[in-house]
Amino acid sequence: MPAVSMTVNGKAVTGDVEARTLLVQFLRENLRLTGTHVGCDTSQCGACVVHIDGIAAKSCTTLALQCEGAKITTIEGLAEANGPLHPMQEAFREHHGLQCGFCTPGMIMAALDIVRRRGNDLDEHTIREQLDGNICRCTGYHNIVKAIAAGAKAMAKDGARQAAE
Amino acid sequence: MSATGIGAAVRRKEDLRFITGKGQYTDDVVRPGETRAAFVRSPHAHAKIRRIDVAAAKSMPGVVAVLTGTELANDKIGNLICGWMIHSKDGTPMKMAPHPALATGKVNHEGDAVAVVIAETLAQASDAAEKVKVDYEPLPAITDPAKAKSGAQIHEVAPKNTIYEWSLGDAKAVDTAFGASKHVTKLDIVNNRLVPNAIEPRAALAEYDAGTEQLTLWNTTQNPHVSRLVIAAFVGMAPEHKLRVIAPDVGGGFGSKIFIYPEEVVCLWAARKIGRPVKWTADRSESFVTDAHGRDHVTHAELALDASGKILAMRVKTIANLGAYMSTFSSSVPTYLYATLLSGQYDIPHIYCEVDAVYTNTVPVDAYRGAGRPEATFVVERLVEVAARQMDIDPAELRKRNFIKTFPHQTPVIMAYDAGDYGASLKKALDLADVKGFGKRRREAARHGKLRGLGFSTYIEACGIAPSQAVGSLGCGVGLWESAEVRVNPTGSVEVLTGSHAHGQGHETTFAQLVSERLGIPFENISIVHGDTDKVQFGMGTYGSRSGAVGMSAVAKALDKIEVKAKKVAAHMLEAAEGDIEFKDGKFTVAGTDKSAAWGDVTLNAYVAHKFAGQELEPGLKETSFYDPTNFTFPAGCHICEVEVDRDTGKTEIVNWTAVDDFGTVVNPMIVEGQVHGGIAQGIGQALLEGAVYDKDGQLLTGSLMDYCMPHAHDLPSFTVGLTETKSPSNPLGIKGCGEAGAIAAPAAVINAITDAIGTEEIGMPATAQAVWSALKRAQPRQAA
Repeated sequence: MPAVSMTVNGKAVTGDVEARTLLVQFLRENLRLTGTHVGCDTSQCGACVVHIDGIAAKSCTTLALQCEGAKITTIEGLAEANGPLHPMQEAFREHHGLQCGFCTPGMIMAALDIVRRRGNDLDEHTIREQLDGNICRCTGYHNIVKAIAAGAKAMAKDGARQAAE
Repeated sequence: MSATGIGAAVRRKEDLRFITGKGQYTDDVVRPGETRAAFVRSPHAHAKIRRIDVAAAKSMPGVVAVLTGTELANDKIGNLICGWMIHSKDGTPMKMAPHPALATGKVNHEGDAVAVVIAETLAQASDAAEKVKVDYEPLPAITDPAKAKSGAQIHEVAPKNTIYEWSLGDAKAVDTAFGASKHVTKLDIVNNRLVPNAIEPRAALAEYDAGTEQLTLWNTTQNPHVSRLVIAAFVGMAPEHKLRVIAPDVGGGFGSKIFIYPEEVVCLWAARKIGRPVKWTADRSESFVTDAHGRDHVTHAELALDASGKILAMRVKTIANLGAYMSTFSSSVPTYLYATLLSGQYDIPHIYCEVDAVYTNTVPVDAYRGAGRPEATFVVERLVEVAARQMDIDPAELRKRNFIKTFPHQTPVIMAYDAGDYGASLKKALDLADVKGFGKRRREAARHGKLRGLGFSTYIEACGIAPSQAVGSLGCGVGLWESAEVRVNPTGSVEVLTGSHAHGQGHETTFAQLVSERLGIPFENISIVHGDTDKVQFGMGTYGSRSGAVGMSAVAKALDKIEVKAKKVAAHMLEAAEGDIEFKDGKFTVAGTDKSAAWGDVTLNAYVAHKFAGQELEPGLKETSFYDPTNFTFPAGCHICEVEVDRDTGKTEIVNWTAVDDFGTVVNPMIVEGQVHGGIAQGIGQALLEGAVYDKDGQLLTGSLMDYCMPHAHDLPSFTVGLTETKSPSNPLGIKGCGEAGAIAAPAAVINAITDAIGTEEIGMPATAQAVWSALKRAQPRQAA
């Protein structure tokens, strides 16, 4: 079996995988990072979204071997252990942007990518359009939209605070 | 109201693990030596199995075992059952066909499992499953419930594919009332088949300990105890005390995870057979052809009114598709959860309903969010809306004229409504939705080439399911009480063990709010434990919007007992009479004195037992309650949908949504609003987007998320949500339940709005752009500007 090396949440990892092993399988089964979920087999639901070199990608349709040398961030890598939550995580809690929690890691990772692409001042229409790759069955999206708008704003403040420090 | 008590919008305890990726769902659990299962499923909707050849599969790398229905039968593993007995009009019992976990002899729907491959890895299991050769002889398939009676017979026990022909109400009285009426509205309605699609696919992990003969099942279930009971007592897998069922974090259910499915049975059986843990997780394609679907009714309905618009009677005939096998509670959905709600919010003297349930070569159909009540609401609210239009009476006014205004109210279809104020929710909704300004908005839309429409749905549901004796008399095989155990630790922290199960509803928060309010202790000192038959002794689980009304009432009853016992301990500590002890805000006080004891002192004393004779007052502080409600609860409200339809494309945009609901006591408004949002989204999904489509050969054409249209964020508006409140008198907390309301109310509101916009009632669900465009071509818009 071929070997693959990548950086996941800041840690260098290697593993032997089959050529067909998906990134999500490598994360969940080899690394036991089970925060990234699989909700479909056609790349629709977005429960598996992670960041590959800073850009959101569906780990269910990415081969592990494609990520050789890449920097991967998963939901587990957003906040440091025992550190404060990422502002987007905090916004999802504050605005009740989750119910069963299964789509949530993918939603949060996708939300961060929306901020990366569209900035910190997001209107409702933009958020709804940009969430096309993520499905939630519980919330009706109302509170997810609110959470993402608030999280994006909080990130701007957080960024300004960090820059000032 | 305290900051963490009843009525506070407390942020959820459970969120921390979910937003940091630390949730533990069934597929996240790994056991030592675990193997993986892949099922071999029928590609045919209906076929004889001539032969299954497993030789090639068995020799594939990593394969541990390949098992078929023959071995399952040899090991005397029993069939899955439907637990609610319905009798036909002629008194004969429903025709329940055998449902083995692996098909033998014949397959009855696409996706029916015929074999399972167990291997070291999932990839190996999947590869080997493709090598299992099944020789099928295809048979004619039937998928349309309206044609099921004349289709090829599926099960020996059910001639004409008929499960039951049931009725409710007084046919003669209805006929007489229709004869005396001035106006009759008639509608033919198809309530479209839906696929639940919880985002977490179903999964099962089974483990056998040969030393203790103990089986353990981790399972995506809404009711682990019922699952254990059925698998032990009916399937005969193991004695109940040798089977543990754990429902860890569960990623949404919506009804589809109530039922006992073949896969968990097979995993348990296989784990014992091979002596290693066996895990199966559905991929989405499997979910589509194995998770119980919802709805699928074909209905003819008639409403009789007098000249003033007073409803005199209703007549309904429904054919309900129950699919290829009778799922766990399928029989109850189109009967006692449907026809009993046909009175809606209205004083209707006479109702008669006939329901024929049929087998077809489709995935089994069972409860899906609302379960029978959305179907009933759609019938009632479409009839009333269309009647108002035909009689040229304002739809809100016609509703008001017919509202039930005094309580209790006995309907002609079993239910006794105990409390409500339907006028209040309608009035509030009319205000919030600015219905007065609608005419102006409609004219404005017309100037932009858009057709604007307004649709009402004044719905009712029966929740808080349910008084055990009542449901027993209607054929239910179980009681529908709920249990709670409150364990107070010596240091004063509290664990509540509940038979309810949360899969998104936030019980860890709301149940803790009740405890915090009642005991006056910090919210963070309370843990809610659920979903494990080894921890919680028994429980009935979560569905039918019952956890607040029934599950929390059980907690309240157990807390009453805790208070009584703690007062006895405090009386000894304070050297006072028990009757003189008052308990408030976490403090025990001797009435009229300044003598007091803090909660933590009393709880410690209960355990050290130094201040009282342990022979007279038992040490410890732990109480249990099995709470059985006195009635169903009756949440009700008014949803108003405002749409704009594009004349040229038929695309419908929901521009405003107003929901005013009466859920009785609201424990956490933030969570309640979230439940309303989610329900509305599923209702809008049914009305505009979703529909399971089978071709004539029984192939599910909408078999993936590419083909089955789930609501996305851009399909939905933001919602305006308001509340009115009449307490439920049927439980100690006054809670009515909120989980299903949106899904029940929404479809009729959407279709009423679209038909208002396009000027024809001839539109079915889902009202896709194409469907609306075609209807527009046939219709003359009411508002031809």
